Amino acid sequence: MDTFIQQIINGLVLGSIYALVALGYTMVYGILGLINFAHGEVVMIGALTALSTIKLLQGSGLPGPVIVLMGLLVAAPVCMAIGFTIERVAYRPLRYAPRLAPLITAIGVSIVLQQLAMLFWGRNYHTFPPLLPATPRNVFGAQITDLQILIVVLAALVMAGLMLLVKYTRLGRAMRATAENTQIAGLMGVNINRIISITFIIGSALGALAGLMVSANYSIAHNTMGAILGLKAFTAAVLGGIGNLAGAMVGGLLLGLIESLGAGYIGDLTGGFLGSHYQDVFAFFVLILVLVFRPSGLMGEKVAERA
Amino acid sequence: MRVPLKGLTLSVAAALALIACGKQEPPKQAAAPAAPAPAAAPAPAAKPEITVKIGHSAPLTGPQGHLGKDNENGARLAIEEANAKGLEIGGSKVKFELLGEDDQADPKQGTLVAQKLVDAKVNGVIGHLNSGTTIPASKIYFDSGIPQVSPSATNPKYTLQGFKTAFRVMANDVQQGKVLGDYAVHKLNAKKIAIIDDRTAYGQGVADEVEKAVKASGGQVVTREFTNDKATDFNAILTKVKSKKPDLVFYGGMDAQAGPLAKQMKGLGVPAKLLMADGGCTTEFHKLAADAAEGNYCSLPGVPLDKMPGGTDFKNRYKAKFNADIQLYAPYVFDAVGVMIDAMKRADSVEPAKYLPELAKTDGYPGVTAKIQFDDKGDIKDGAITLYQAKAGKWDPLDTMGGTPVAAAAAEKK
Repeated sequence: MDTFIQQIINGLVLGSIYALVALGYTMVYGILGLINFAHGEVVMIGALTALSTIKLLQGSGLPGPVIVLMGLLVAAPVCMAIGFTIERVAYRPLRYAPRLAPLITAIGVSIVLQQLAMLFWGRNYHTFPPLLPATPRNVFGAQITDLQILIVVLAALVMAGLMLLVKYTRLGRAMRATAENTQIAGLMGVNINRIISITFIIGSALGALAGLMVSANYSIAHNTMGAILGLKAFTAAVLGGIGNLAGAMVGGLLLGLIESLGAGYIGDLTGGFLGSHYQDVFAFFVLILVLVFRPSGLMGEKVAERA
Repeated sequence: MRVPLKGLTLSVAAALALIACGKQEPPKQAAAPAAPAPAAAPAPAAKPEITVKIGHSAPLTGPQGHLGKDNENGARLAIEEANAKGLEIGGSKVKFELLGEDDQADPKQGTLVAQKLVDAKVNGVIGHLNSGTTIPASKIYFDSGIPQVSPSATNPKYTLQGFKTAFRVMANDVQQGKVLGDYAVHKLNAKKIAIIDDRTAYGQGVADEVEKAVKASGGQVVTREFTNDKATDFNAILTKVKSKKPDLVFYGGMDAQAGPLAKQMKGLGVPAKLLMADGGCTTEFHKLAADAAEGNYCSLPGVPLDKMPGGTDFKNRYKAKFNADIQLYAPYVFDAVGVMIDAMKRADSVEPAKYLPELAKTDGYPGVTAKIQFDDKGDIKDGAITLYQAKAGKWDPLDTMGGTPVAAAAAEKK
């Protein structure tokens, strides 16, 4: 039984990480209908920037959590600037181009960012110093650290915060208007370029937060860490219904749970015929099933009109 | 906003394609050729000088970029030292030139790089780093008659294809797996062993051999779990491993996964030590696993660098040149280049067809890692294998097994 609880916890933590990254994808998609494939690399740059800051401050004698917070305070503006620049340089000129064009530039931007990060931070792996409390707590015989609890809580808070922002603020109303119809929103006096830039800036700041959490949890950061993480998070966003903020959370948690329960039990269920290397196959099988029966994702239909 | 289904389907397809074939990166341009060693005094006489191109391939980008760069540095050092000696082969002065390529540890990219090197008319190839790239590339070198010495591809298949151009200077996975399985059961007294691998030609290959050896020694494999060479989260498979209560966990794969794996084992409270083959036997492992590294085991073909006649000296030369510590395979790459140049010298020719027979006849080349001799398949003969245990942030040699001629050679030279 404690094995089962542990697998659920593994799935929740992994899923919350996917959800944190997926929120960045889904926000941009909700407004622009564009898949910002470079978001995974923004997460990576957030992680590495935070890490460099943390390493600088490590000897200063400040308490661990304060240093981590400082890392975030440096990483977030850096990521915001990168997100703003990406949109300005790679997406805005192509806003009315065929859908395939921005998709290709997105992939191009992600390759460029990955290689730039390699030049800047090198090929070696960076390790995250143990600044946050990582002593496992015992919950019904399963292990969970404070950091992991923090990740789950943060993912939920960020999602709720974004939903409130979109629903109840002036900015949110402008975002929804832009999402519904860019041209008409513009005619109604919404400064579309500004709204889209802000969307990218908020999404990138979330990316910095996600990057910091991921590298703190696995105590590792590398210039290639964004690629797979980004794809998995994107999958989670599609699973939940891309463009829908609650969907990103649901999709992330679901994908995390499917992956960890899949890896944990698929071997026993099939009598050893399928092993844990079918973990990803299993996850994508569920994704395909969902898309066949609900083409716009689990929560896509209801609120797809909103950001 | 209408959900544009067409675009979405397309994006999903793109994402799936990306996942399926790994991160595609544009082929990087060849690294700048090695700077000619200044020490080579310009020949005053009008002796003809020929340039000998040595190809090298390893992943210089991606998750194994740190290991690939280490390999290339090993080759660069060997070539610069050879140039500094001012060798004469076949009556002309020889200048070696390194063509360094990036194969991204990707089998498809590996064959592209191989073709590129063949087209550049290299006289020999050192590489590749991974078994997964080395095996498909070896056919291309064989078809063009270009000798290939891999420093680190340990999957047995590489030399079993009947390609007389394929050599390696490291004991293969059959040899290593046998020693590891036997050691786990008899010396570490592990009866129940869990095996995890990364599904690459290398990881899967060595894990299969360890499984065979464990069973042959009377041990029990309680579970076989799998991950991939880009993963960072192992909690799910480790939770399952924990539920099987193993005495020891074997991981077949590279350090970038082994480090976090060791850490997550500790986090989940898996009460077993981790055993790894050469892929985890790096300095990087200690950094990545941090306090979870202590007490784990790994094996590396050859005897410990410090115990080799030229080992410490090599370490210092490397450090002085690149201002970095050796990651893993650099000494083996250095020897691979050395063996190739030695064969050229003996054949008095840099023509692949002429020096290839001499390369096969290599017998007792005094390398940094071992005294090198090839068997009829191109494998290193009687390769020793050393087991290490992590102690205070370092790999501490525990035991050296097999390879009597090597150990004797080391002793002789002292």
